Amino acid sequence: MSAAPALHLSGRATIDGMPIFGPVSVEAPAGEWTCLLGPSGVGKSTVLRLLAGVGDELAFEGEVAAGDGSSLDNRVALMAQSDLLMPWLDVTANVTLGARLRGDAPPRDRARDVLERVGLAAHSAKRPHALSGGQRQRAALARTLMEDRPVVLLDEPFSALDARSRALMQDLAAELLAGRTVLHVTHDAAEAARLGHHVLLMTREGIASVTPPAGPTPRVYDAPETLAFQGRLLRLLMEAR
Amino acid sequence: MKRAVRIAGVAILGLLAWQAVVTLAELPRFILPGPVLVFGTLWTSKALVAEHAVVTAIEVLVGLGLGGILGFASAILLAVSPLARSLLRPMFVFTQAVPVFALAPILTLWLGYGLWSKVAMAMLIIYFPVTSAFFDALMRTPPGWLDLARVMTATPGRTLWRIRVPAAMPGFASGLRLAAVYAPIGAIIGEWVGASKGLGYLMLLANGRAKIDLMFAALIVLAVLTLLLHAAVDAACRRLWGS
Repeated sequence: MSAAPALHLSGRATIDGMPIFGPVSVEAPAGEWTCLLGPSGVGKSTVLRLLAGVGDELAFEGEVAAGDGSSLDNRVALMAQSDLLMPWLDVTANVTLGARLRGDAPPRDRARDVLERVGLAAHSAKRPHALSGGQRQRAALARTLMEDRPVVLLDEPFSALDARSRALMQDLAAELLAGRTVLHVTHDAAEAARLGHHVLLMTREGIASVTPPAGPTPRVYDAPETLAFQGRLLRLLMEAR
Repeated sequence: MKRAVRIAGVAILGLLAWQAVVTLAELPRFILPGPVLVFGTLWTSKALVAEHAVVTAIEVLVGLGLGGILGFASAILLAVSPLARSLLRPMFVFTQAVPVFALAPILTLWLGYGLWSKVAMAMLIIYFPVTSAFFDALMRTPPGWLDLARVMTATPGRTLWRIRVPAAMPGFASGLRLAAVYAPIGAIIGEWVGASKGLGYLMLLANGRAKIDLMFAALIVLAVLTLLLHAAVDAACRRLWGS
């Protein structure tokens, strides 16, 4: 993996003349985890789509850039709310999808190693329908890790999981994605309070940075300072227009 | 098992009702023969019916195979090329506006009385359902998968073969299931227009000679062949694509 760059996006986006967001400015520091927290419909996912380079349906006026001045092409991995596993492929084939889509030989040894790290080694030959929701998101995380990109964009990847699976996935993702520049879109204040080195609050009024408690992440879910920060984020969400 | 019992029950009830109508209304055998007579005739003429059934079965299978391949290729061409879409789709609909029946004599003229005019009829009749079911499925790849492929810097060709085509196979399977039921219709139309073998030919022949029992026997064999073909295609699609 090459050195993780910072991410920068500023501008406004419309779709068929309807404003989606902006003008806003999003900064995600290099090699750190930034949560973009906000209610549904404020354009959080649109920010992610623009950074991923897939927002063809959008009209965007502004700038998308990496902190090191190079292009973001080939340096981004994406993990969405839906696991996006291909039902006709087994877990190993799913996590090596990127290599095959680029015409490279699937790196099976590395896949075995990555599946080991996400705790799916015993399930590598299964099809997605044979996995639980949590296991499917682990497979999606493994596929994201296989891409080995310095920038990882997360679009509410844990929101469909039950509370326990979600907390476990948060721990796993925080451990395995450490050192990469992560921009994590979420509508869950508790999630942002646990994971973000930086938390950006996105509302119709714009984007504001909220400083999280000091100390390592993932923060302990029931530690008083985590809960206090979660409460503060929720209050800010409630008080925004 | 329950389902088999239910189907058998319905079939027996239907046959009983058929025989009852024939017996009670005292219908002459050249208007409507009863099932007892029809199955009797089927048994005594089994070699004759089988000989013609094999011919029809070959026409149907070849037509289904070639029509399936042609439909598969056409749908992919339409899906990848906006130019092909704009040029070919109006033509595609136009061909469906022409009744296949009307084309049968021309196909016989062009391709002769043998196998290929029937294969062509079967292909014509299944081409549209296969192509349109597969094409629609190819155009409805979940957008999340396409985004993922783009972020993974896939080429359009690999996205097509590794994601869009496999994701659309259930659509292709529905097209093939329809085709399994339509293909025998095409073959029979072809045989009616001009043939010297096949179940359609046998039915015309039997009808002309007032052997309505033999005609019904051929009809029943045709229906059973169609049902078996549909079941086989259905089973194959489930096995291959799980849908």
